[in-house]
Amino acid sequence: MFKGGFISNLPKIYGLYTGGFLVFILLMAVLESAGVSAASIGIMFVAFTVLIYALIGYLSRTIQVDAYYVAGRQVPTVFNGMATAADWMSGASFVAMAGGIYFGGYTYMAFLVGWTGGYVLVSTLLAPYLRKFGCYTVPDFIGTRYGGNLPRFCATLVLVLASFTYVTAQINATGTIASRALQIPFELGVWVGLVSILMCSMLGGMRAVTWTQVAQYIVLITAYLIPVFWMGSKLGNPFPHFMLGDEVQRLAELESQYGLTKNTGAAIKEAGVPGGLKYISNPHSAVPAGGMAVWKYLSLAICMMVGTASLPHILMRYFTTPSVKSARKSVAWSLFFIFLLYFSAPMLATLSKLQLMDPNLPTAIIGKSISEVQSIPWVQNWSAVKQVFIADFNGDGILQLNEWFMRGDVVVLATPEVAGLPYVISGLVAAGGMAAAMSTADGLVLAISNCLSHDIYYKIIDPKADVRKRLIVARVLLVVIGAAAAYISSMRLTSILGAVAWAFDFAMSGLFFPLVLGVWWKRATKEGAVAGILGGLISGTAYLIYVGPKFMANTPWLGIDHLRFGIIGASVSLVAMVLVSLMTKEPSSAVQKMVDDVRVPSGRTILGKQH
Amino acid sequence: MSNKESHWQKTKNHMFVTLAIWFFFSIVIFMFGESVNQGSFLGYPLAYYMSAQGSLAAFVILIFWFANKQEKIDDEHGYGGEREDD
Repeated sequence: MFKGGFISNLPKIYGLYTGGFLVFILLMAVLESAGVSAASIGIMFVAFTVLIYALIGYLSRTIQVDAYYVAGRQVPTVFNGMATAADWMSGASFVAMAGGIYFGGYTYMAFLVGWTGGYVLVSTLLAPYLRKFGCYTVPDFIGTRYGGNLPRFCATLVLVLASFTYVTAQINATGTIASRALQIPFELGVWVGLVSILMCSMLGGMRAVTWTQVAQYIVLITAYLIPVFWMGSKLGNPFPHFMLGDEVQRLAELESQYGLTKNTGAAIKEAGVPGGLKYISNPHSAVPAGGMAVWKYLSLAICMMVGTASLPHILMRYFTTPSVKSARKSVAWSLFFIFLLYFSAPMLATLSKLQLMDPNLPTAIIGKSISEVQSIPWVQNWSAVKQVFIADFNGDGILQLNEWFMRGDVVVLATPEVAGLPYVISGLVAAGGMAAAMSTADGLVLAISNCLSHDIYYKIIDPKADVRKRLIVARVLLVVIGAAAAYISSMRLTSILGAVAWAFDFAMSGLFFPLVLGVWWKRATKEGAVAGILGGLISGTAYLIYVGPKFMANTPWLGIDHLRFGIIGASVSLVAMVLVSLMTKEPSSAVQKMVDDVRVPSGRTILGKQH
Repeated sequence: MSNKESHWQKTKNHMFVTLAIWFFFSIVIFMFGESVNQGSFLGYPLAYYMSAQGSLAAFVILIFWFANKQEKIDDEHGYGGEREDD
């Protein structure tokens, strides 16, 4: 059936896989109508998809360094785009983003602009040049361009800090989804999630992660788009992306009708609202007035964009393409695949908000009597797990807009139920969320363990280690790091989104300018790079501790709060790097020639076969 | 100017043009969000639309355009070869 190699058969293989997945969804729908319980369907969805990923991970096992670190540098453009999209779109994008828009409205959508616009920076400033360099990891570039172990070590420090902050959030998300779908305690769910993640990456490294990520992208995008289109059709907008103009206007009308009231912290506390639940108090589409609001929007977008261009687990995906040209094209495809989900998220938020608010719709709950709302099955289900809450502040027995509390994740997870879609859709959404969180966690754990095994163990500690030993070390580190992340997330320290934004800020503080100037400024020196990395990292971290609500909680300067500390870190990094570079001796002519070679898109890679 | 230098000059200019367009869609529009929102597109308030879809779509188109044009620049200077390594 398959002539030729694996790579040339990819479209066929993933075509079959997609077909198989659609058949599986139909099968589940049939089982549901035959009376199989919702719980079993949820279990089957998550278990079946995770087993498939594990199978792909097993089939992609390898004992070659090149395959383990960079998937043999033969991943075709479009497939690398899909893998990057899955690598990129985390549990936060899948589960929390629509909820964020639901509560935050326009202000929150700075994340959308930031998480897409960053790819323009990746494509123009970094990806093609890093590919030409031929490195295995991001610190590999820093270490070779600037020379010496110190810059390599500092870059590793930033990579580990940023990726580790991020990965705990992802393992947390896999735990949440696994515990809900498989009906096990959260602490156990975290470990189930970890085992699933390791099954995808341990045997085959980057190669295995690449092919599972493609499979995970297909599942997650299907799981996101089907409910959006289905719900859209139910409300008479078969293609909601272009047809919700009136609905957005309608929401603005409803907001002024019900009033956007802010609850006081004391009232919320007194009513006993569980932590992490929110209520609507921001306008959906109106732009808040004032210079500060504009700055808050822009500074968040800037942090997310620059952070995107500095995150090692994303940059390293472009090391796997066959050429510089394909690395560049691959960034474009990545963004296209990401765009498919991101431009649907606001529509999902709009649709689910309207369903709860518009009194003309049968699903509306705002403005109804509280006892009536409390008898709705989905409200009961989600109240039982403390994901929604009703607080009758004014005691009139009628549910007001500011009396309805909900966790942001519920927007994606419960919307199919709210809209009265069959349970099979909820199962599908759970599988999609699991795919999103797993694929990102895999990319991150691999980024950390590859960097430690290559840059610290092989390049600094034991440069004579043979291939077998290097790959054993890489795998042991993978397990250790995964376990450490799972242990920390089982302690439930941070909310999902706070931690994700921090990873971007850490990465931009320490890595953005050292990476970009390494390619674009020949005068950048080793001492400059070290100053840039450490200056950015230390100042950023210090500022985070200064303003972080969980730390010293001081008043932020100029509205630069804990989600935006990268603004401080990256500025310090730039200044430190330029000043120190200018004060130290110009890089040697060999280094300058290396930079010249990086700028030529064809020909041999800089590192060649040195690995 | 050598071939290498003129290639890098063109590459740099192309980068600056691309980033200028990027700056417009990611920063400038939202700098004036309040007044932009007075306009509308497909019935959506304009700044809301740009933040939800418009700028995102602009970035996708921009990156494809960037990659294609850069390939042309590379080809013109004889750097279009597909295969490297070995």
